[in-house]
Amino acid sequence: MGDVLKGVNRRGVLKGGAAVGGALAVPTIFTSNAWGYTNEPTGGSVTLGFNVPQTGPYADEGADELRAYELAVEHLNGGGDGGMLGTFSSKELGGNGILGKKVEYVTGDTQTKSDAARSSAKRMVEKDGAIMITGGSSSGVAVAVQAYCQEAGVIFMAGLTHSNDTTGKDKRANGFRHFFNSYMSGAALGPVLKNAYGSDRVAYHLTADYNWGWTTEESVKDFTEQQGWQTAAAVRTPLGAGDFSQYITPVLNSGADVLILNHYGKDMVNSLTQAVQFGLRDKQVNGKDFAIVVPLYSRLMAQGAGENVKGIYGSTNWHWSLQDEGSKAFVKSFGQKYGFPPSQAAHTCYVQAILYADACQRAGSFRPSAVGAALEGFSFDGLGNGPTEYRAEDHQCFKDVLVVKGKENPTSKFDVLEVVEVTPRAKVEYDASIFGGELGEFNDGA
Amino acid sequence: MSTATAAPVSKAIPQVGEPKATSKGDLMTLAIFIAVVLTAPIWAIPIGAGYPDLLQKFAIFGVFAIGFNILFGLTGYLSFGHAAFLGGGSYIAVWSFKLLGMNILPAVLFGTLFGGLFALAIGFVALRRSGIYFSILTLAFAQMSYNLAYSVLTPVTNGETGLRVLRDDPRIFDDKSGGYDGTLIGNLFGLEMTGYTAFYFCASVLIIAFYISQRIFRSPFGLMLRAIKNNQTRMKFTGLNTRPYALTAFVISGMYAGLAGSLMAVTDPLAGAERMQWTASGEVVLMTILGGTGTLLGPILGAVSIKYFENIFSAYNKSQLLDTFSFLPDSIAEPLVSVLGLFVGEGWHLTLGVLFMLIVIYLPGGLMEGARRVSAMLRKRKAEKTDASSGQTTPAE
Repeated sequence: MGDVLKGVNRRGVLKGGAAVGGALAVPTIFTSNAWGYTNEPTGGSVTLGFNVPQTGPYADEGADELRAYELAVEHLNGGGDGGMLGTFSSKELGGNGILGKKVEYVTGDTQTKSDAARSSAKRMVEKDGAIMITGGSSSGVAVAVQAYCQEAGVIFMAGLTHSNDTTGKDKRANGFRHFFNSYMSGAALGPVLKNAYGSDRVAYHLTADYNWGWTTEESVKDFTEQQGWQTAAAVRTPLGAGDFSQYITPVLNSGADVLILNHYGKDMVNSLTQAVQFGLRDKQVNGKDFAIVVPLYSRLMAQGAGENVKGIYGSTNWHWSLQDEGSKAFVKSFGQKYGFPPSQAAHTCYVQAILYADACQRAGSFRPSAVGAALEGFSFDGLGNGPTEYRAEDHQCFKDVLVVKGKENPTSKFDVLEVVEVTPRAKVEYDASIFGGELGEFNDGA
Repeated sequence: MSTATAAPVSKAIPQVGEPKATSKGDLMTLAIFIAVVLTAPIWAIPIGAGYPDLLQKFAIFGVFAIGFNILFGLTGYLSFGHAAFLGGGSYIAVWSFKLLGMNILPAVLFGTLFGGLFALAIGFVALRRSGIYFSILTLAFAQMSYNLAYSVLTPVTNGETGLRVLRDDPRIFDDKSGGYDGTLIGNLFGLEMTGYTAFYFCASVLIIAFYISQRIFRSPFGLMLRAIKNNQTRMKFTGLNTRPYALTAFVISGMYAGLAGSLMAVTDPLAGAERMQWTASGEVVLMTILGGTGTLLGPILGAVSIKYFENIFSAYNKSQLLDTFSFLPDSIAEPLVSVLGLFVGEGWHLTLGVLFMLIVIYLPGGLMEGARRVSAMLRKRKAEKTDASSGQTTPAE
């Protein structure tokens, strides 16, 4: 190896050192002024960044999220019928953009990979000048992008993310979540499951192997065990596995009589379909009918799984069949534009976009700390979930939780879920400190 | 070693389109290279690449490809497992952040070292075979590492969620006193690795990496590696044991990959298993071949073009295409967009495939061969001109 260094002399090293030193000094040229904030909008428009999965296991949700964002932008700019702007309890938004600036947007593909998601968020912030990042359909991605937004000094309005971590141990001051979480699902499902299946059941968990799966498994386990259930085993499955047969076969021999599928998106469609094809639901174990539970349900998934979802319990953040004014207005304008009802992913993303716009309007600025302060502790109504509050301690929205069941006699291909119970907010609330983590300070960036 | 892949490029080695292997020519190349790299934030603006994240990627994947080229370009050993070193380097760097603190020097150092050690272990086994068997062995090792990182070693790698730096990590050398818990951004003695600062750090590393690769190419050791590629059997007949040389090359290129992996963690303190996937290993092979195997600048050129086209084509979507072709009547625009739509967005790999096929068929020496052909053509034209005007030939340089 000495051969390689032939020709390297002291002078050469000194020269090289000088070059490297010079190279490191160059960036000072690019240092921007300290008084502004990241991507402060100066022209007549403001750019939002929609970071959604366009490929991978959650691509269906991502496509629906993008539709909702496009609709929200249309409404914010005064187009269409205004959707939920008409029913929203805050009347600051007048259909002339945000703070008089026309709303424009850029999109990115998270691919449901933390790496790719951060990279596309970076592109939108660094290249396209996005003032806020929103979207996503995975908690792994949400936590990664939220951490990036904190560092970059932009607001992150989480899309569909259900893990306790997002506003728990991984919470950040610049991040806000409207969607509910695993804890709330568990708290709402526990009593309903007890009423439906009794209190002497043995559960077997199949869990998507990332932070959402882990916290959902933990929460559902806690709350079902509080009802007297036992847990036979909890098995982790890789995200996007496709074939779950090797995980389903052992279930029957485990002595369990309930299978809990902590899966989402295409994973849930596949695992549920395979579990039904294996005949689990026709079995009798311990003298009881075998049951399957899906803690986080969505209409898109239920549609994907077709016949198999009939009679299966789960929880959801929102469902298009709700009859409050906000939901009706949203379903109407979404349906008029796209020809089918929105999913819960679309709903939460639409609401997040509107909430962000409204907070900017109320704060009179796009500065992240000002917008964040306007969102903290903000109580509102008319956005489809009834009275809702953005809790200041962890930037988590608190509202009623829906427990749903696969409909036995669907009237259309969209009418696959029925709401069996609305669990009031008080029953799913918890102390903000139980999951650990710290918000830290708002970061306005450069 | 005479694999099918190595055969066509081996011809291109002696007459690569760069200045002759004199120390003066090398210095010129290095100087031009440094100038081009450092001015990247300026010249990349018109082509829509002038933002830190993409420029950082150019530099990082440049380092990765340079290292891969030291193995593949010089010895002809085609490794399909370099992503394992890249991912390993990332994980080690993030662990260094978590345990030691956010200073990037230990992270880069340990990442590079780990890349080397890991390569030593895998190379020791894989280099017992050559040709396709070597490729398959490296692929198998990389896939094993990927699956380990993805599900088996979850406590160490955090599986699908990815390994991140948390506020309550030990970070023993970070100043966490007085309520200040430090930012979770890598820093070089206080200089935070974000935006252009991070780019210039990666660019400096790229320049050093390039310089070392240049030294290796010109050294007797490099000559020995080329000899392994041209005829390993003959080398063995002369009584020379080639394996230590090949292993050294493998370890060096593993260190480059580990370095690139740790740089990825420096610019973004996060490591995920997908960096170890076989697609990442395949990507660096494509970069090297696309740019020009066995040339000094080729792999960097390949890395830059692949990352650039990835960025351009994958960000496009159907509605943007419809906008672009809105001037055409609907009956033409719609079928056109539905065909072109296959090549953009998630289908951009199709574009890459077509591009790759064209290059391999028409320019087996990669982009560098293209550059050489163009310059040869220009030179010829110039020579003809001077011939005609003065009737006297002057050397082109």
